[in-house]
Amino acid sequence: MTTNGKVVLDVEGLRMRYGTTDVLHDVTFQARHGEVLCLLGPNGAGKTTTIEIVEGFRMRSAGRVSLLGTDPAHGDEAWRARLGVVLQSWRDHGKWRVRELLDHLGRFYAPYSTDTITRPWDPDELVEAVGLTEHRDKKVRMLSGGQRRRLDVAIGIVGRPEMLFLDEPTAGFDPAARHEFHELVRSLAEEHSTTILLTTHDLDEAEKLADRIIVLAGGRIIADGTADELARSIAGEDEVRWVRGGERFSQTTAESTKFVRELFRRYDEEIEDLEVRRTSLEDTYLELVRRVESGHGEAPVELGEVTR
Amino acid sequence: MNPTLTALRAGWQRGLIELRQTFTNGQDIFGQLFWPVVMLVVLFFLRDSTVEGVSLGVGVLALPGALGMNLGITGIIGMSQLLSVEREDGTLLRAKAIPNGMLGYLVGKIVMVTGTLVAGVLILLVPGSFLLDGLTTDSPTTWLALLGVVVLGAMATLPAGAVIGSLITSPRSLGLIMLPIMGLVAISGVFYPIAAMAGWVQWLAQVFPIYWLGLGMRAALLPDSAVAVELGQSWRHWETVAVLGAWAVVGLVLAPIVLRRMARRESGSSVAARRDKAMQRVG
Repeated sequence: MTTNGKVVLDVEGLRMRYGTTDVLHDVTFQARHGEVLCLLGPNGAGKTTTIEIVEGFRMRSAGRVSLLGTDPAHGDEAWRARLGVVLQSWRDHGKWRVRELLDHLGRFYAPYSTDTITRPWDPDELVEAVGLTEHRDKKVRMLSGGQRRRLDVAIGIVGRPEMLFLDEPTAGFDPAARHEFHELVRSLAEEHSTTILLTTHDLDEAEKLADRIIVLAGGRIIADGTADELARSIAGEDEVRWVRGGERFSQTTAESTKFVRELFRRYDEEIEDLEVRRTSLEDTYLELVRRVESGHGEAPVELGEVTR
Repeated sequence: MNPTLTALRAGWQRGLIELRQTFTNGQDIFGQLFWPVVMLVVLFFLRDSTVEGVSLGVGVLALPGALGMNLGITGIIGMSQLLSVEREDGTLLRAKAIPNGMLGYLVGKIVMVTGTLVAGVLILLVPGSFLLDGLTTDSPTTWLALLGVVVLGAMATLPAGAVIGSLITSPRSLGLIMLPIMGLVAISGVFYPIAAMAGWVQWLAQVFPIYWLGLGMRAALLPDSAVAVELGQSWRHWETVAVLGAWAVVGLVLAPIVLRRMARRESGSSVAARRDKAMQRVG
């Protein structure tokens, strides 16, 4: 993360209501310059609604949103030129060729260059950056799913955005494609200090990519912190397993190091096959979502750096 | 660099690229050529039958009407089809995510559909002028008048097509639009002189652009003697300009309003929802 600490995205008390149903309740979070922020949550949690409001594609019912100093509901074209959007499902421009499309869409950004940011990204360099060089003259509809998704990202970043939105970017990827994609996202954040907001329901992805994770469930933020903070503060219990005298033991404890020290002090060489299993993000996440769904998750868990 | 100018230029480029894609793609070329070829064959076989009071063959009399009909159908259906298909596949949303992208997109569509209109006229007219005798294609004023009809026709039909394309919810509803338009073609004197129809049918036909596009084409391409089969034995140039002009004005006022409303509602989830619905219908 190459952040200068400046708040790029500020969402406060965001509410969204369709008819009589509230799909977002009092959602508050911030993203700082250069940060990779991940919105994690089960289907129907309100991730896409949140991201669409912030992108300016959807009007909110209440609350305050400021992105790059502008309210998305009133963002003009110059503001739009500073954003990159990668949505869930694109099937457009099937007859266009990869490089041709990037060159065409990039042209719209040229008038919005600044002293520090030259827009757009050169199409040849961009094609290379997303690993599509050998497909540059292929028609878009001939691309595989993973290639297509990389093209979507390329289109999202062709204007060298200061803020990039990725809505479930790796849905349907094989592990290799996913790995390559993660490298690409990391390099955007690290080399170009792009602020990135991505949604996913893939925990592993959130853990790998995000500087900070926001867990959304039932239209509320139920946790906000780094992957480690999340894992420690919620379930907080590690599992210790060992074998002594041919017999298997297991114990869950909040202080695994201390427990193991004690274990060795008492039994020393009798202990075999010691295993300490840290609470995984998955355990944490499932625990959080379970709490919300059973109705005990009203109060959000405050973690690490407190927002506001 | 002016952003609006940049978008206009990019839109022009988009139109040309999509035209090239259309005319270098087997399936699209087939679509462009199929009906004109069928029509030419029919008109060629009708070349020797004649209409009472005119010395020209039915083939040559009907060709300009067919041109006008093509113009009207391509303008309205072509435009509305592109809009509804590209709304569903996310092209429009993509345009919305780009600075001035909607402007560029629309300019691109106008260039693309107008190019298709012109190609459609030439595909039918050029071979037709060799196969059929009696068209006044050797006179420069014919081409000037033809250009006028094409421009006016595009202005009258493209905005109407854009409005229809914005209002219908899916490309599969286009059949509902096709039907009344076919009915309109039947009463618009394209293949059968309108003078022979009942009075109220004539009135109805004259409200819509297809009749006037046909009349304009006949006025441009046929010798003056052919005016005998028209209503009032006149080419009615002023009325043609007035009706097509009225469609253009109303369309140009309505289209931006309707388009803006439609664009405002576009979001990733609405595209996804439509795709899911489409999949359900297919599956």
